[in-house]
Amino acid sequence: MRLCRTCTGLLALMLIGVSALTGVVSAGESDIAGNALLPVIPPGAGDTCVEDTAFMRRNHMELLKHQRDETLLKGVRSEQYSLKECLSCHAVYGPDAIAVTVANPAHFCRSCHDYAAVSIDCFQCHASRPEVE
Amino acid sequence: MSDKSGFDPKRRSFLGAMAAAAGVTLAPGVILYGISRSSPATAKAAGAEASSAVRWGMLIDLGRCDNGCDDCVSACAEENGLRGFGRPETDAQWIRKVEIKNPQTGNSKSLPVMCQHCEDPPCVDVCPTGASFKRADGIVLVNKHTCIGCRYCMMACPYKARSFVHEALEDQKPHAPRGKGTVESCTLCVHRIDDNRQPACVEACSDTGGGAMLFGDLNDPDSEISRRVAKYASQQIRADLGLNPGIRYRNL
Repeated sequence: MRLCRTCTGLLALMLIGVSALTGVVSAGESDIAGNALLPVIPPGAGDTCVEDTAFMRRNHMELLKHQRDETLLKGVRSEQYSLKECLSCHAVYGPDAIAVTVANPAHFCRSCHDYAAVSIDCFQCHASRPEVE
Repeated sequence: MSDKSGFDPKRRSFLGAMAAAAGVTLAPGVILYGISRSSPATAKAAGAEASSAVRWGMLIDLGRCDNGCDDCVSACAEENGLRGFGRPETDAQWIRKVEIKNPQTGNSKSLPVMCQHCEDPPCVDVCPTGASFKRADGIVLVNKHTCIGCRYCMMACPYKARSFVHEALEDQKPHAPRGKGTVESCTLCVHRIDDNRQPACVEACSDTGGGAMLFGDLNDPDSEISRRVAKYASQQIRADLGLNPGIRYRNL
């Protein structure tokens, strides 16, 4: 009986949690810019990414790492998984119509990594935006 | 190497002595050629790997290299986004003009010196992490993902070709990633080569300079560079070290 009560309590807590999350998501859909809890992910250019979104969210780092070794060590310069191509599709343009660097919180990579508290050092060496003419 | 002065311009006199010792084997009546602008014969597809059948090299004709001209140096800086911080001792330098003088005759020459892309690179031998490596087609590069910035390769390089990045950088060129705490050097414009184009210095030299630099595949007997190195005497600097650099000089 006692166990059961704990179960019910837990279930109630979970339900509250789920409803709260749903609330956040629906609020996020309606007014994403005003919601500080979720990352504001800028849309990329073009219709589709090189892989589907769910796959990219979990595995983009593996693709990039594989591609970097292929390119640097072997000279394979296919564009599909290259960081340069990622950055050109996912460039975020500021009010001056110039792509923002990773110093700007609106930068595509940064928007998510800030949210996930992931610190990356790619941009210590790599350009974080397409070449500015 | 009796040059104890280390990293200073006295290296010039050292190089000069080397040139004198090697004997200035000038061929009289040297014929001048126009640099071929055609893309390298060994074209590479974008998805293809660099091939060990190719050995990229360069032939620099000092008879056509003016003392005052540094178009190759500025083209390199522009292409690879090298910006100085007003500190010439530590600013990155992938290619530089070195002036040499024969003390006996007073004859002086100025030669562009960059990574010589050795067949047996000492920088690769000494690298503790394997970051300094030679690509299949003979281009010597630094893998900055594994470079720990120990600078052992800089000590090992007899050509003083490598630089260490001391400052945090921003807005690098997308094709030339470079950052603080890693060693770097001439990549022979590897991004251009993979795109079947010539290195920026070679292009600038034929456009606005004297057309002294010729780039090509040393393994292809039909390439312009192979024909010329077969026909005319050319030298490698510090050939006595037996490193077989891919950069060769004429009229040294």
